[in-house]
Amino acid sequence: MTNAYRLLERRLAPGRRFVIGLPFGWLTVFFLLPFFILLYISFVDMGSDIHPFKPLWDSQAGVLRLKYENYLSIFRPTEGGALFQTVYVDAYLRSIGYALCTGVLCLVLGYPFAYFIARAKPSIRPALLMMVMLPFWTSFLLRVYAWKGILADQGVVNQLLMWLGLTREPVQMLYTSVSMLVGMTYVYLPFMVLPLYANLVKLDLRLLEAAKDLGATPWKAFWLVTVPLSKAGIVAGFMLVFIPAVGEFVIPSLLGGPENLMVGRVVWDEMFSSNNWPRASALAVSMIALVVVPLALYYRHLGNAAQPIADGPVADPDPSPKGVT
Amino acid sequence: MQRFFQQKLGLVWLTIIFLFLYLPLLFMVVFSFNSTRQDAVFTGFSWRWYEALGRDTKIVEGFWLSLQIATVTGVLSAVLGTFAAFVLVRYHRFWGRAVFSGMVNAPLVMPEVVIGLSLLLLMVGVQNAVGWPERGLLTIILGHTLLGLAYAMVVVQSRLMEFDRALEEAAMDLGARPLQVFFLVTLPQIAQAIVAAFLLSFTLSFDDVVISEFLSGPGVNTLPQVIFGYARRGINPTIYAAASLLIATVSLGVVAYSVWVARDARKRARDAQINRAATRVS
Repeated sequence: MTNAYRLLERRLAPGRRFVIGLPFGWLTVFFLLPFFILLYISFVDMGSDIHPFKPLWDSQAGVLRLKYENYLSIFRPTEGGALFQTVYVDAYLRSIGYALCTGVLCLVLGYPFAYFIARAKPSIRPALLMMVMLPFWTSFLLRVYAWKGILADQGVVNQLLMWLGLTREPVQMLYTSVSMLVGMTYVYLPFMVLPLYANLVKLDLRLLEAAKDLGATPWKAFWLVTVPLSKAGIVAGFMLVFIPAVGEFVIPSLLGGPENLMVGRVVWDEMFSSNNWPRASALAVSMIALVVVPLALYYRHLGNAAQPIADGPVADPDPSPKGVT
Repeated sequence: MQRFFQQKLGLVWLTIIFLFLYLPLLFMVVFSFNSTRQDAVFTGFSWRWYEALGRDTKIVEGFWLSLQIATVTGVLSAVLGTFAAFVLVRYHRFWGRAVFSGMVNAPLVMPEVVIGLSLLLLMVGVQNAVGWPERGLLTIILGHTLLGLAYAMVVVQSRLMEFDRALEEAAMDLGARPLQVFFLVTLPQIAQAIVAAFLLSFTLSFDDVVISEFLSGPGVNTLPQVIFGYARRGINPTIYAAASLLIATVSLGVVAYSVWVARDARKRARDAQINRAATRVS
């Protein structure tokens, strides 16, 4: 038996090498190599216009010169201001802040939403899920753009507020934190709803009956049974919102004002406006920390149960087959 | 009473959130038919923005470019993603497996800005060294494929994991060669997932702004890039017209796809029933 198996393995070996080699090679060239180039450039000096960065190897002195300057300049203002008072640190903190707020808003709106979908009749659940997914398949950019018209000074929301007599002057919402948070919550809500739904739909309803038998009110049972049992879904949803939100580039560009600058945009400006490649690279490398730190915490929370983070809306582009059978 | 209250609350909450999710889409469809540039008051019905859309050469050219890029990206991602999924599901021991698994999954969580910038640095380096490739179609495809591959892998992987390997073993016992097994047994079983992977990476590519902005060259603008440029300048109902066409296409596509999937699932359920009946008879 083992012999036959080994024979088979040997026969499959060339195919195996090809199957592994193709994606492995592709990713090495287009993912790993660019990453190391990015890392390399983040440690060198800025160069002239023609050569945007200087080599690490100083051929005149014959030594390697690692430049930490690019990283230090993120925290250290050039004109002797206090430490950490730079546009970069501000942009970092703002990115984290917006991503956290978006996560909380998505949770507050999305949890009851996912809960009620999970408690809906099984026959209509696939349709409801499809309705959650449908906007996801239409352009993200266009959906963000629509909010620009909706939240504008003369937009639908302001017209409605004035018609209701709640305000006489239009309230400025566009290009403020309001429009940023509305846009981000809108875009990332499905990312929260789907993992929460997947979790809540599996809840054993007998546990709620047991809680009721033991004298808990439905409200109490919800907080003491349903919510703690859905913790994994909450954490997963929060991660799926936080991670893309923190590096968001399009929403601040369209819905944010100059004071809503987030770190993705700062990298872009450093690269294309200031033409400072090394600093842009250093910023990009430190942006990875914004993702890696929460991920590390997440995996520690999971223990060693290796569950891919991508179990979200995109991992399951079509939820409709579930429950159809 | 309690139950009644909960149902009403549920209905209200679902309605509110669905309104929130669909408000922008509804808004764009309605105001794409507006007769003036105004987008708070509907002043009258007209097709003028659709006509303007057809005349806008930047949008039309961007559309064809995006279509090409998304198609190639979709095919490349589906193929490479299927390979990667096979590697992760079937080959548990090979040199560098941890690195490989990390590389496939990383684009899912990596900020697009970082992916775009690092690929740009690679492309510029290569271009300076050998004078090729010019930034444009090819570089954008390579960037999008990196992202598409990761998503395609996840989709195919989940299908492969529930795949019954006994079928392959049976085929091999019956004398099929490995490639025959793959094309006659494995591929038909995972075809639906591969189609889904293609659609997903096609959509991602067709919609992507950030990576394209980093990797496109002068004069090369994908549809999202054109729209992004317009959008930053202000309100332009032509974009609402474009959005409405897209919404119509996607809705039709999603409905057609789910009908197909539902029929497939029904067929599979029926087959299973027949099999069960057959075993009972024998």
